[in-house]
Amino acid sequence: MVKWNRKDLLGLEGLSPAEIKLVLDTAESFKEISTRQIKKVPALRGRTIATLFFEPSTRTRASFELAAKRLSADTVSISSSTSSVVKGETLKDTARNIEAMKIDIIIIRHKCAGAAEMLARAVSSGVINAGDGSHEHPTQGLLDLFTIREKKKKIKGLKVAIIGDILHSRVARSNIWGLKKLGAEIVICGPATLMPPEIEKMGVRVVYDLRKAVKQADVINVLRIQKERQDAGFFPSLREYSREFGINKEVLKDAGKDLLIMHPGPINRGVEISPDVADGQYSVILDQVTNGLAVRMAVLYLLLGETKVKL
Amino acid sequence: MNLLIKGGRVIDPANKIDKVMDLLIEKGKISRMAGSIRSENCRVIDAAGLIVVPGLIDMHTHLREPGREDEETILSGSEAAVKGGFTSICAMPNTSPAVDKEAVVKLILSKAEQAGLVNVYPIGAITKGREGRELAEIGELKRAGVVALSDDGNPVENSRIMRRALEYSRMFDLPIIAHCEDKNFSAGGMINEGRISTVLGLKGIPCFSEENMVARDVSLAKLTGSRIHIAHISSAGSVRIIKQAKKDGINVTAEATPHHFSLSDENLRLFDTNYKVNPPLRTGQDIDAIKKALADGTIDAIATDHAPHSEEEKDVEFDYAPFGMTGLETALGLAIKELVEKRILTVSRLVEKMSLNPARILRLDKGRLDPGSDGDLTIIDLNKEWTVKKEDFKSKSKNSPFIGEKLKGIAAMTICRGKVVYEK
Repeated sequence: MVKWNRKDLLGLEGLSPAEIKLVLDTAESFKEISTRQIKKVPALRGRTIATLFFEPSTRTRASFELAAKRLSADTVSISSSTSSVVKGETLKDTARNIEAMKIDIIIIRHKCAGAAEMLARAVSSGVINAGDGSHEHPTQGLLDLFTIREKKKKIKGLKVAIIGDILHSRVARSNIWGLKKLGAEIVICGPATLMPPEIEKMGVRVVYDLRKAVKQADVINVLRIQKERQDAGFFPSLREYSREFGINKEVLKDAGKDLLIMHPGPINRGVEISPDVADGQYSVILDQVTNGLAVRMAVLYLLLGETKVKL
Repeated sequence: MNLLIKGGRVIDPANKIDKVMDLLIEKGKISRMAGSIRSENCRVIDAAGLIVVPGLIDMHTHLREPGREDEETILSGSEAAVKGGFTSICAMPNTSPAVDKEAVVKLILSKAEQAGLVNVYPIGAITKGREGRELAEIGELKRAGVVALSDDGNPVENSRIMRRALEYSRMFDLPIIAHCEDKNFSAGGMINEGRISTVLGLKGIPCFSEENMVARDVSLAKLTGSRIHIAHISSAGSVRIIKQAKKDGINVTAEATPHHFSLSDENLRLFDTNYKVNPPLRTGQDIDAIKKALADGTIDAIATDHAPHSEEEKDVEFDYAPFGMTGLETALGLAIKELVEKRILTVSRLVEKMSLNPARILRLDKGRLDPGSDGDLTIIDLNKEWTVKKEDFKSKSKNSPFIGEKLKGIAAMTICRGKVVYEK
């Protein structure tokens, strides 16, 4: 049985397949807690968890906070508007101050790639990367893996298509690392202007024709397209983006009945995904949200180590 | 006091000398070199087992004074320089205010004289405020003492103004040192664009950003017949352009920094901001191309691009950290490790790149050991193994990614104008 020996969770690139499986297996046992009438176990009672969000996020933050609360941890949240960063304090100073309050885990979201890594080096508390720039979003990657495994009962050998803005997507990177480690085949598709250089070296196939990309896919992971990318000239218009890369019923007309449609949210309905697909038979978007809670509980539990859970 | 350096291996590429001999410095000037010299009333320096070369010249240093004296001053930069074996350094003009007026040049020269350690040669701005709009008063700058012109840190983006700068500077026999960067391409970029930038999710700076401007600048040098020197070459593509330009007879020279031939973008995996430089660290193939270009003469000089930054400025998220690393104190050790030990260059060729060629490019009466010339010497211990330690830096800033690195080869003594300015 693999043991979790890491202080931090910064990305999926550095995790072994066995460590990823350990998180997923642990999450399975935590998922049931959220279905109880009293949705709480004492696993992390007396522990303190801080969320340090320098970028707006509703669902990820809520998911982490709920995960911590369901494990009976105390939580404190600091957002950029209330942090002293706006007063000119450095990230490290902020972190050290939080640490001086004897916090066990810091969950950080930051617009700069590497911010979580920097924080992890600066503090002795555990650090969870809740998304750093375009680098990684490991718990999103893990919850996507969890959802796929739950629905498909396996990951090895599955064909997964990731569609959209790969260049700026931390979700895409974490998904690629995680899926590759567990043996999936990955095809990525999006405008050439939003395709990072040498991405093939991460072990993926690049396709620019959406229909080819989704053909025979077992899973389609649709990425959020940010409207400001159009202003930056990455594509001519949202209309054209939607026509070329939007997932709709027409694109899915040959899909198998077991297809999974995923999206990390929030959704731009009618842009990267049509409403009927987002809410349709293949969609597991809300399952992802539910599973995110279980996965984050598992991650918090594993990082905080030795305590035995009484489920 | 006069100096008699005894029994060192004297290497002077300009005069094709490479033999064990004695060297006498009297009244600050080299007076004699011979197999054995006897002289009274002088300090005798035993250089047995050591190498005696013309003082090293760094043609690309940032001294930060005036403006950012917390990061470096002309004095602290001079101390770093002599520790690194340099007897002459050229101060880039991206200070605050920029070196675009006689007064700033005079301030630098006067501070350098007060420091009294190395020859400091100011480089003037090409354009007023380094803004790329109007030519600086180049004649005045020349009279005040600048040895070259550069808007370093900024390219002169407007081709018409760059053309005029090349034409105008020719009247004063001042080379233009070009910082080649197409800012439209590099905007927001932090590291080399490629596999590593993709994995790390950091915005990349493509090689094209540099190569595009190198190509433009050598074309303008051809058009104008003026001299251009390309700073801090980082990519294999730039090397190819310069090689071809030299074949075509264009008056172009180029430099590479120790970090661009020692480190690749693979070193950025931990987001350590000490590796954040502009131009960025490229790939293994680029390193190979730079080394080959140093060996075949396409790249004429090794320059440090010594860019001190305070710890506070560097110890931030990668996006917010400034570009640059210190270089004066590690350049020689890295050059010996990467070029001499790996047999890319002989010691004599290394001295060409670090002393003779910079002197030639900048028309300095340095870089050679002719009798009567200034007593600028570096005595090198090629076999000395040492570890780069933060606390040993003389520079006010310690932003070196090489801290902890084991190097072989070091300056054992630095002599400037006949005065021992550093000894280990």
